[in-house]
Amino acid sequence: MSTGIQIILLAFLVACALGVSFTPNLFIAVIIFMGYSSIMAVIWLFLESPDLAITEAAVGAGVDSVLFFLTLKKVHFLKGTREG
Amino acid sequence: MSNIEDKKTFWQKLKAWVDGEEILLNADKYIATRTPKEHKSWKDRFSVTYVKENRKLYAILSVGISVLFIAIMLSVVNALPEFGSPYNPSNNEVMVRYLEKGIEETGAINFVAGMILDYRAFDTFGEANVLFLAVMCVVLLLKKDGKNFSRQEEQENAEDDYFDTTEERPILQIGAKILTPLVILYGIYVVLNGHLSPGGGFSGGSIIGAGFILYASAYGKKRMQRFFTFRTFTLICAAGLLTYFACKSYSFFTGSNHVGYEISKGVPGDIISAGFILPLNICVGLIVACTMYGFYALFTKGDI
Repeated sequence: MSTGIQIILLAFLVACALGVSFTPNLFIAVIIFMGYSSIMAVIWLFLESPDLAITEAAVGAGVDSVLFFLTLKKVHFLKGTREG
Repeated sequence: MSNIEDKKTFWQKLKAWVDGEEILLNADKYIATRTPKEHKSWKDRFSVTYVKENRKLYAILSVGISVLFIAIMLSVVNALPEFGSPYNPSNNEVMVRYLEKGIEETGAINFVAGMILDYRAFDTFGEANVLFLAVMCVVLLLKKDGKNFSRQEEQENAEDDYFDTTEERPILQIGAKILTPLVILYGIYVVLNGHLSPGGGFSGGSIIGAGFILYASAYGKKRMQRFFTFRTFTLICAAGLLTYFACKSYSFFTGSNHVGYEISKGVPGDIISAGFILPLNICVGLIVACTMYGFYALFTKGDI
């Protein structure tokens, strides 16, 4: 059971990594990257390192994505903002 | 004899030339119209403006540097010990000692905290310094003061402040009102229980920083500045780093075996135990929380 879930999660991980690389829209790429980080946090739990899971969820899915969005805004990429 | 301008294609020109028509005889005309070839001196060819405008050079250099880095990385990977081999440096007696004597020597139930904040505390000090340096670089590059602040940006910031205070954003604001205390409370819990349960200074600090970011994005910079200004930011960061240094650098002055002076470890499992791990966790947590919020604030407004 656990192995099956892990295999599914790892497949999601590969799919997310490919998706980030091949998405032409950077906004969508950042959102896929958030999904990648969330899945990675669950995988850290399976690998028995909850410390890393907490950090991955907080930094990878939370703060990192915010910083990516702000960078996209700064380089005039996001539509609908004043810089867009 | 036909005119030269009639012969358009190369083949026609060649044929005319083979036939002996006087194409080449009026070469003076071509020589007169030809612009003399500019002779570039060595200095012109490698002048600063020439190098700056040369796009091809950038492309070649970027490819070259990337290939160089890839080669260095691959050679390092080649030199690494084999994966899973029992003779690896990671399988030496240190691991056994951590597991067997960890609780006794550090007083921390969470072995990871015992490792990174007691056995390897100096490395963690370096990490905290790296974070501090990173946020200082962002301050250097993005902080707006009187000299790099245009009138337009000033007006935009004033507009932002106006919208932050007047605009109704009910979903975001009510969500932030409910979630922010919970997020920050959870972060504080993770920091304070770093030596007992999973987590620690870095994870807890980033959770607290995420709470600050949520609050700032919902209520704007003005509300945030009521309790968190650039002054508090620098004070907390510097105080955290200095406290960490004071707590952990005594080993330098007293020698590797602490020269008979030991801080009491307490009962493992109590909240106040494990010597210096709790205060060190608090220091790291404060630094990380300030750094995370500092990145956000500097990227949005250019000011904390």
